[in-house]
Amino acid sequence: MTLQQDYAANAAQAPLEGYNFAFLDEQTKRMIRRAILKAVAIPGYQVPFGSREMPLPYGWGTGGMQVTAAVIGGSDVLKVIDQGADDTTNAVSIRRFFVRMTNVATTEKTRDATLIQTRHRVPETPLHEGQILVYQVPIPEPLRWLEPRETETRKMHALSEYGVMHVKLYEDISQHGHISTAYDYPVLVNGRYMMRCSPIPKFDTPKLHMNAALQLFGAGREKRIYAVPPYTDVKPLDFDDHPFEVERWPEACALCGSHDSFLDEVILDDKGGRMFVCSDTDYCGERQAAGHRGHMAAPYKDEAAE
Amino acid sequence: MYVAVKGGEAAIGNAHALLAEDRRGDTAVPELSVDQIREQFSLAVDRVMTEGSVYDPELAALALKQARGDQVEAIFLLRAYRTTLPRLAVSLPIDTAKMQVSRRISSCFKDLPGGQLLGPTFDYTHRLLDFTLLAGGAPPRTEARGELAPDLPQVVDLLNAEGLIEPEIPDADDAPVGDLTREPLMFPAGREVRLQNLARADEGYLLALGYSTQRGYAKSHPFVGEIRSGDVAVEVEIPELGFAVDIADITVTECQMINQFTGSKSEKPKFTRGYGLAFGYAERKAMAMSLVDRSLRAQELGEDITAPSQDAEFVLYHADNVEASGFVQHLKLPHHVDFQSELTLVRTMRAEIEAASAPVAEFEEAAQ
Repeated sequence: MTLQQDYAANAAQAPLEGYNFAFLDEQTKRMIRRAILKAVAIPGYQVPFGSREMPLPYGWGTGGMQVTAAVIGGSDVLKVIDQGADDTTNAVSIRRFFVRMTNVATTEKTRDATLIQTRHRVPETPLHEGQILVYQVPIPEPLRWLEPRETETRKMHALSEYGVMHVKLYEDISQHGHISTAYDYPVLVNGRYMMRCSPIPKFDTPKLHMNAALQLFGAGREKRIYAVPPYTDVKPLDFDDHPFEVERWPEACALCGSHDSFLDEVILDDKGGRMFVCSDTDYCGERQAAGHRGHMAAPYKDEAAE
Repeated sequence: MYVAVKGGEAAIGNAHALLAEDRRGDTAVPELSVDQIREQFSLAVDRVMTEGSVYDPELAALALKQARGDQVEAIFLLRAYRTTLPRLAVSLPIDTAKMQVSRRISSCFKDLPGGQLLGPTFDYTHRLLDFTLLAGGAPPRTEARGELAPDLPQVVDLLNAEGLIEPEIPDADDAPVGDLTREPLMFPAGREVRLQNLARADEGYLLALGYSTQRGYAKSHPFVGEIRSGDVAVEVEIPELGFAVDIADITVTECQMINQFTGSKSEKPKFTRGYGLAFGYAERKAMAMSLVDRSLRAQELGEDITAPSQDAEFVLYHADNVEASGFVQHLKLPHHVDFQSELTLVRTMRAEIEAASAPVAEFEEAAQ
């Protein structure tokens, strides 16, 4: 496990000269690990921590990066995704940062990674025990758009006073016929704390429930860390007569033919032409490698021809 | 075929190469040195040091050069570097009464013990473009640089004798002092934490908030008790030695604002204070800071909280330009997953409305 990392090995894995392994100094990492341990002990509770300025801007993943920096060890295999993809610009930038600062191995394969930092998605491939999923969180407070004051929302959490969110969801139903929250869907963790799942689409929300991996959430600018330990109950808020539902697409992935994944819509021309493809590039690639084909996939390439 | 709207490592590398080239500009024009920036753009350097929370003119000048003169970007560079610095010691509080002043003014009294000194100020200059600078003319030589005796009493303390102004009673030396660079901002925030936040705050933001207090949003009837700029010694107590040692001289600007206070049920009318301090020559920042500091004391002084500048959560959470700039600009990052969810939802809702309204339209036609 990365929390029991071998410091000597880390130091030997010399990163960029003049910088400590994983950028942060060991005292700061300890401070962050203590916050993580507290977060794991109180699932869904937002632990304030002394967030540091990182060399990437606030709002671009500094919270997730600090959590990753605090738990990463020399033997970890890191995967970084943004919008489900390994090759989006910010994912490339964050992965490069950790390679420069730690020299750890990286991967695009969800199942091979020990540590996955993500923005806006949970991988389609189920996670397994021992893996850590680190979410980048812009606004950790689920009640923030209903109550802008931190002093108030902290009290509301302390008293489990979550009626205001139920009222909001009820008003959605009475005005629009259903709940008009498409992403960042509020959940109740372990039957106690209301939590914001970082802005993941509600399609991904059920994946948090009873997940085998440790899920850590870092909000750098807002200076909060929270966690969902493995095999923890995570329940989306809903009503008996309006149960929680995830979004569905009329089409399958145009490349791998998957009916079960989150699809990105890609506009092809200015005449309304569009295609749908998996947002999770690793999942889509693996399916294609296994021979699955969508209606717009490139013809099957002979391995000998490559 | 599917063309990914995704950038790889090569695209990022190319973008950064372009940035470096644009930063340099026309290579026929000599390159600006960090020394030149430090000496000739010293007020820009001062701002970067203040909001970057590091007193180091050379690094601040380097940050400005690297940031192509963009102040907020330079402040960010210096802050990110600051993260990696070890904390070796905590200094004793600086004593601005012992400042070697190069400027000292008060708007409350015509003359003061120790005197007033204008110093190097833009005040009373006529803002006419000086075309001799365009032609590379040298500044006139001056023998006018004045100095006041060190150990000048603070003007506000002169009012103390009559009990007209609230005394500033320092906390006990061993009282804990908050530090926003180590601990998150929590509420209620003590005044020392508020002042630290304001010292690091964006100058433009403080200027606008301070200005709002002058236009009736939490009017605080301010007078400049004193502004002083100059050099102060930074002292550190070395445990092995058992006494304090000067480790540096730094230039600071301090503003003591005096504000009328009409009294409350429990307090007699008197003058209250707002305080501002910034690295280097940063008078606008120090003055704005002192106005906002005073308005944030509304709760402590039993005043009604009616304006944005009195609302500590509002003021302190949004003051930091590194945080604000990052979060505003993160909207540039891809958000297509969330957008896809919203698209799906909006389409569903529109379809439902269309389905629901269709029979009504037919009914209306029939009625006509």
